[in-house]
Amino acid sequence: MSKITLSVYRGDANGGEMKTYTVDTFPGMVVLDAIHQIQAEQDGTLACRWNCKAAKCGSCSAEVNGMPKLMCKTRVDDYPADQPIVVHPLRTFPIVKDLVADVSWNFEVSKSIPILKLADDGSAEPLRMQQVDVDRIQEFRKCIECFLCQTVCHVLRDGDRKDIFFGPRQMVRLASLEMHPLDVLDRRPMLRETAGVGICNITKCCTEVCPEHIHITDNAIIPLKERVADTYFDPVQKVLRWVGGRK
Amino acid sequence: MATTIRDSRGSGKTARRDAWWLQPLLTATVLTAFIIYATFRTFENDNFLPELSRNASALWESGRVGHLLSPFYSPLFLVDWQVMGYHVSPAILILPFPLSFRLTCYYYRKAYYRSFFMAPPACAVQGTTKKTYRGEQVFPFVIQNLHRFAFYAAFIFIFILAYDVVLSMKYVDGWGISLGTFVLLLNVLLLAGYTLGCHSLRHLVGGKLNCYSCSLAAKTRHGLWKKVTFLNERHALYAWVSLFGVALADLYVRFVCAGVITDWVLVKF
Amino acid sequence: MPQYDTFEHDVLIVGAGGAGLRAAIGAVEKGCSVCVVTKSLLGKAHTVMAEGGAAAALGNFDNQDGWKVHFRDTMRGGKFLNNWRTVQIFAMEAPERILELERYGAVFDRTPEGLISQRAFGGHRYRRLAHVGDRTGLELIRTLQDKAVSVGIDVQMEVTLTRLLTDGGRVTGAVGYRREDGSIVVFRAKAVVLCSGGWGRMFRFTSNSWESTGDGAVMAYEAGAELQDMEMVQFHPTGMIWPPGVRGVLVTEGVRGDGGVLKNGAGERFMFNHVPEFYRAETAETPEEALRWVNDKVNNRRPPELLPRDVVARAIYKEVEAGRGSEHGGAYLDVSHMGAEYIKRKLPSMYDQFLHLGDVDITKQPMEVYPTVHYTMGGVPAEPESCATSLPGLYAAGECACGLHGANRLGGNSLTDLLVFGKRAGEAAGDFAIAEGPGSISEAEIQEEVETLMKPLGGSGGENPYQIHAELQEQMQSGAMIARTEEGLRQTLDKIHELQRRAEDIRVPGDTKFNPGWHAARDVKNMLVSSEIIVLSALERKESRGAQWRLDYPNEDAYWARNNVIAKKIDGKVSISHREVPEPPSELKELLQD
Repeated sequence: MSKITLSVYRGDANGGEMKTYTVDTFPGMVVLDAIHQIQAEQDGTLACRWNCKAAKCGSCSAEVNGMPKLMCKTRVDDYPADQPIVVHPLRTFPIVKDLVADVSWNFEVSKSIPILKLADDGSAEPLRMQQVDVDRIQEFRKCIECFLCQTVCHVLRDGDRKDIFFGPRQMVRLASLEMHPLDVLDRRPMLRETAGVGICNITKCCTEVCPEHIHITDNAIIPLKERVADTYFDPVQKVLRWVGGRK
Repeated sequence: MATTIRDSRGSGKTARRDAWWLQPLLTATVLTAFIIYATFRTFENDNFLPELSRNASALWESGRVGHLLSPFYSPLFLVDWQVMGYHVSPAILILPFPLSFRLTCYYYRKAYYRSFFMAPPACAVQGTTKKTYRGEQVFPFVIQNLHRFAFYAAFIFIFILAYDVVLSMKYVDGWGISLGTFVLLLNVLLLAGYTLGCHSLRHLVGGKLNCYSCSLAAKTRHGLWKKVTFLNERHALYAWVSLFGVALADLYVRFVCAGVITDWVLVKF
Repeated sequence: MPQYDTFEHDVLIVGAGGAGLRAAIGAVEKGCSVCVVTKSLLGKAHTVMAEGGAAAALGNFDNQDGWKVHFRDTMRGGKFLNNWRTVQIFAMEAPERILELERYGAVFDRTPEGLISQRAFGGHRYRRLAHVGDRTGLELIRTLQDKAVSVGIDVQMEVTLTRLLTDGGRVTGAVGYRREDGSIVVFRAKAVVLCSGGWGRMFRFTSNSWESTGDGAVMAYEAGAELQDMEMVQFHPTGMIWPPGVRGVLVTEGVRGDGGVLKNGAGERFMFNHVPEFYRAETAETPEEALRWVNDKVNNRRPPELLPRDVVARAIYKEVEAGRGSEHGGAYLDVSHMGAEYIKRKLPSMYDQFLHLGDVDITKQPMEVYPTVHYTMGGVPAEPESCATSLPGLYAAGECACGLHGANRLGGNSLTDLLVFGKRAGEAAGDFAIAEGPGSISEAEIQEEVETLMKPLGGSGGENPYQIHAELQEQMQSGAMIARTEEGLRQTLDKIHELQRRAEDIRVPGDTKFNPGWHAARDVKNMLVSSEIIVLSALERKESRGAQWRLDYPNEDAYWARNNVIAKKIDGKVSISHREVPEPPSELKELLQD
């Protein structure tokens, strides 16, 4: 049986260090398996989050060799066997302990986004929507809230601008509502102001790391920027709205 | 106090161990090379049309080369302005249009924000983004929101350049088809592929609708949206090949005008 | 004396899966203050893993469908151990709940008419499962999460509750710890709703996450509640077995619902040889008919791959035991004949999962599968109308509750279960809270639990919780898994008792700060309790029925057709008794005939 080494961050807000562990490998082994083996056989105090181990829940997010990844979907044989695999908690969020980061900000932001609002609120009639009208938003609803996009976004990661930008995850959520065929709320003011869609400089790292392969930038953020441009920047459309008497 | 863990601070700092710097380096190199070449050609104010160039006007007169216009100088118009003894190149008045389209293009923005502004240089690599970062909310970047107007201009240019392909078949003594015709044709096709995959167009043509099945007009626009989407998914690819295409077309015309190569006339009628 | 934070709410909800979130919405709508406590982050509960769909007789494709057919299918699938009234309410209210979910924001796949598309599934006579590709659970939990947050609930994330607090028999709150720092938290509530999910982690082959340790059911049992049908553990027939890195991970039943076929090591489509008499009339007889069914579901009968889960799981087990297994000891599940484009569109996450984690391109090669522990039909018996349990102030809904699924759950019924009974439990708890007012909590109970929690951090014991857990999994896998015998169950019981003694000597290093070893120490104790009850219940039911398959009692038994197994804690020990299954009224009985 062959072995691999991992270099895992151990510590908390007071500081920490990288510790090296050696584990046995088996076919199809993923980084999360290696972490579990360390917990069971070497150090039960090693903290990490996980749930489904099938890339469906988005709990086991960490940075593997510097890239944000789901540990359950990252195979150890993707990396050279002669070097340790470096596993680090998400750098964009405050650390709790070892591989566990405090991602609660994402849940806080989420609260401020109003959910679907229908014109016939209160009715119990079945909704009528064609598949072509929901194809776009179904892509956005694949999001598993692993927050890898939030972690990799330089606005949040390097700039720490959680005060003015909701991040790619919430752009995807806003897109799923804004493009809903039956939603009656106008989310453009929120996008322009509190959510800060204008902060994004579309450098696409969110798309690169998305384990659900959502085209975050091309299908969510850019279309939202264009919708905001319709309302706030395009002078021709402003004139047309004024002439047409629409707001 | 909440603390985030970082190995160290500073641009280029990352725990990535792959060659993450390769792509931004390559992008910066190619874009810089293009800018240098385009600047040189803009100010050269020569070798853009055989009949107007010193070396090739004789070829034109003898019917051995057609009306082959460089895309940098299209549409053709002549100015006779002088600024401090320098003859102003018409290209200076033409280039702002295609340039603004590429400069505000959603793909090129990614390319140059990464390779020139290093915001960020690559994913999970620390760049120049600071606590004061406001992205495209502040001047001059807020102008990017008007990308659609640059698209309108670029859209017109497709027709101008397509017309150039027709004109390239015009000879002093009739009509003909040469390799240069195909070079210009390839250029306009690549440019069309790039321009018609524009994110703003995708929005205007159908992306802004929430219901595609609600009316006949909406269904038609959905059909168009799907076609633009097909190109849009390849927007980066077309952005690069059309950039090479336009440089190549210009270079071809320049070499013909300068007498470095002879345009290969396939047929004349 | 240890310090702790106390929170007071009208209604405390244990668990933030589909049932917990739907209960929260129900209780808020009654005007109550609600706190949802979850062991994980919000939206990560087991609901998220459900793939195939949520069953409701909307009749969007097959207008012959209706609640009566759904009732019949569910009762038959559960081998009549279900509580008929629970099933009736379930089948009648399922369509309303699905349509309501859509109004909360869920975006299901559509029919050409623009209605919710429905998918065929094992044991359901008609196309009945509202679905979104193969990620229906995600759609359901995210929708409920957003809705619940928007109506204003308190959420305590990453808090493990370990004991219910009682006041003269009435449940008045719960105590537990914050996973992040190990600090003790006490919740005082006028009513408590258990929505804590199931327990599969005591088996080695399982699709369950670390959370499925059965704390909710064990807490209820420790507080004096009854548990019912605990022997009924569902084995999903198709878990991945190769490579080992993905062992146990689920292959959705939708794969078979969309036309996937099972083959043994010899390449034979063996399910045709395993059709029970009970289902013969509604099952295709030839591969040709089964193939026609994929495109014409009205004029052909369903393929045998879509028999209820217990039947398919047993068939795979038998093939492997007879030496006709696949390369790694399972069966082949093949979808390659369905075409690459169709597979990628209908089963995107399955395609991705196998390609990436298993090096198998399912558009070209078959998958290798084996039964994996998936769901627990047993749990805390809940009143059909109100989800009330045998303890005043305690309500139960979802997988931890018992009554709906009988001896075997049909695929697709669990997601709808969460919605129908989540709502009813939340509303009933809300009514109770408003009517009864606050009860008191007992300091002594809190201190006792704190001692239990802290014990593994001190003392001189030398046992490792991971080791005990691994041994328990090994024993349950070999002695209490799909095929059971008196001897195997007795051996397992002995082993559980040994492990229970050893668990008293668990010692973990480190402190209370996010210490998985320490968390495991408490979890493994719960798993030992529920394992013991599973084994005792399985010993008691001397027959084969649904998920319970006794090699020494291979047939159904008339007595056991009418009785549930009940477990209750009496004098610190598991006490097993029987209770007669409620008799459906004659008009409903008629529905069960054909």
